[in-house]
Amino acid sequence: MENNPGTDKQHKNHFGLILHLHPRKVRVSTLRFDLTFGLGGMAALLVVIQVITGLLLKFHYEPSPENAYNSILNLQESLLFGRMLRNIHHWSAIALVWVAFFHMMRVIFTGAYRKPRHASWIFGLALLILVVLSNFTGYLLPWDQLSFWAVTVSTSLLSYVPLVGEFLREALLGGKEVGQPTLTNFFNLHTGVIPLLMIVLLGYHFWRIRKAGGVIVADRDLDSPMVDTRPNLVNREFTVALVLLAAILLLSSLLDAPLRERANPSFSPNPAKAPWYFMGLQELLIHFHPFFAVVVIPVTILAAAIWLPYIKTEDQNQGIWFFSPGGIISARLSLAAGALFTLIFIGLSELLPDPELLLPALPPLITTGLIPLLIMAVTIWLFLKFLRRRLSLNRSEIIQSVIVLMITSYAILTLTGIFLRGEGMNLMWPWQV
Amino acid sequence: MKKTAANTDTHPGKGRRNFLKTAWKFLGAVAVAEIFFFVISLLKPSREINQSKPGSTLRIIGNIEDFPPGSVTPDRINKVYIIREKEGGFLALSIVCPHLGCSVLWDETKQQFDCPCHSSAFDQHGIVLSSPAPRPLDYFPVIIEEGKVKLDLTRKTKRKKFEPGQMTYAV
Repeated sequence: MENNPGTDKQHKNHFGLILHLHPRKVRVSTLRFDLTFGLGGMAALLVVIQVITGLLLKFHYEPSPENAYNSILNLQESLLFGRMLRNIHHWSAIALVWVAFFHMMRVIFTGAYRKPRHASWIFGLALLILVVLSNFTGYLLPWDQLSFWAVTVSTSLLSYVPLVGEFLREALLGGKEVGQPTLTNFFNLHTGVIPLLMIVLLGYHFWRIRKAGGVIVADRDLDSPMVDTRPNLVNREFTVALVLLAAILLLSSLLDAPLRERANPSFSPNPAKAPWYFMGLQELLIHFHPFFAVVVIPVTILAAAIWLPYIKTEDQNQGIWFFSPGGIISARLSLAAGALFTLIFIGLSELLPDPELLLPALPPLITTGLIPLLIMAVTIWLFLKFLRRRLSLNRSEIIQSVIVLMITSYAILTLTGIFLRGEGMNLMWPWQV
Repeated sequence: MKKTAANTDTHPGKGRRNFLKTAWKFLGAVAVAEIFFFVISLLKPSREINQSKPGSTLRIIGNIEDFPPGSVTPDRINKVYIIREKEGGFLALSIVCPHLGCSVLWDETKQQFDCPCHSSAFDQHGIVLSSPAPRPLDYFPVIIEEGKVKLDLTRKTKRKKFEPGQMTYAV
């Protein structure tokens, strides 16, 4: 504004809104693509795409068990670009889960969850949960065999929460099983409650970034110069947005969103699988007592995630992906160990006889819950001890390793659930599934 | 904390103000709880309508002759399996797997119910043969009147094991 007032006035009209989101000047070091990969901006763009395509889909969708499926068929078969519209909504929804997840990984790896960004982190977690919930509520709406049984299985998970579980499940379903009240509830949550909450939380999320002084800056870059947000940042964001949009459009014209036959409440397809982001949980359920798979393990992980910004650490790791060569090695080792341990665990539980048959006197909560959990905890503890002894790691690097271990395990569980489970949820090779 | 205590001595109004503040917080918490229950009850409006009185929901499944001894017959409309033992006893089992709610399938060759979702298996009395199902299949009491097999679909009953009392015999 100071150097060129004449042309700047025009710019101001076009870019006024952007300056509500961004500061006028940003640090050069934060423009590096491999610091953030533009993931936060991508997630925001995907939310906008979802809102627009969702609003358009609402003109043709009818939320009743009798007509929902037909309205989707009608949309796909007889409406100009109807199928394309549904495909864009479907693929951006999946992309949003991935992008939001990788955005969170980036924040973890660059240490950007610590003060003064802790509120962004907590609200980011809430946003991630909302993204998954909006995906899940949208999953039911086509009312085909895939969605009906995925929602039946996933909501049944709730009934294993002690005391309030059954109550929560019936409140969500609007009855004892999936039916018209469920569709009404899910439709309203998907198209009203969740998007509104997301918009409010997103506003707060963005404001906290401004308040924290923008994207995280490494100690070594603190003296890097400041440059104008436009064109430097705005042009980069615009490029990322266009590439993402092109990728979504390309994917949507090549691959159709799945639609199976109309939902039949008395026939489960074999195998009946949860939505893909819950497949890891479903796989965990084959090995663990439901109370552990649905309550103990997820609640522990969520509590740890909320606690994360408040763990005392040395702060040198902020703004850089890896602090020391040892950190890189330990991250790689954790990746390998997570994959290996999980595969061995799945393999052993397939080959060995069920623990409840070996120890019939003990309640299943112990044989299929506590015992496998202890085996898991001891394995992780021994592995961390090994890492500590071999590599001199600081605390942030240990945290990083634990997170890599967890994420890899969940990824392996998910892949196993999707690709290695066939008829009757039995283990088989991918080409047999 | 110490400061407030000191102030209370000099300003007698302070204690009253603190009391009112606490009262507001308490009322706020009550209001939040009320709204929470209101929202939850809105989510399940059909509950009262669906729960009609027991007895009025007795449903005729078929004639006794429709179920030959030693057979397992699915009734997909009412989501039950009617099991007729060789001795002639009737048992009605829910089609819904107690693990996560999928529909179990009768395997005639293995003489067992299989769940397609997490590979639970049940014998012909609905007893768990292999986990992860946490309990046997739920059953409905069978009522036999004037040669007709009837079920009370509101009386879905959970159980820990099979007992002969769960069977009904035609007199």
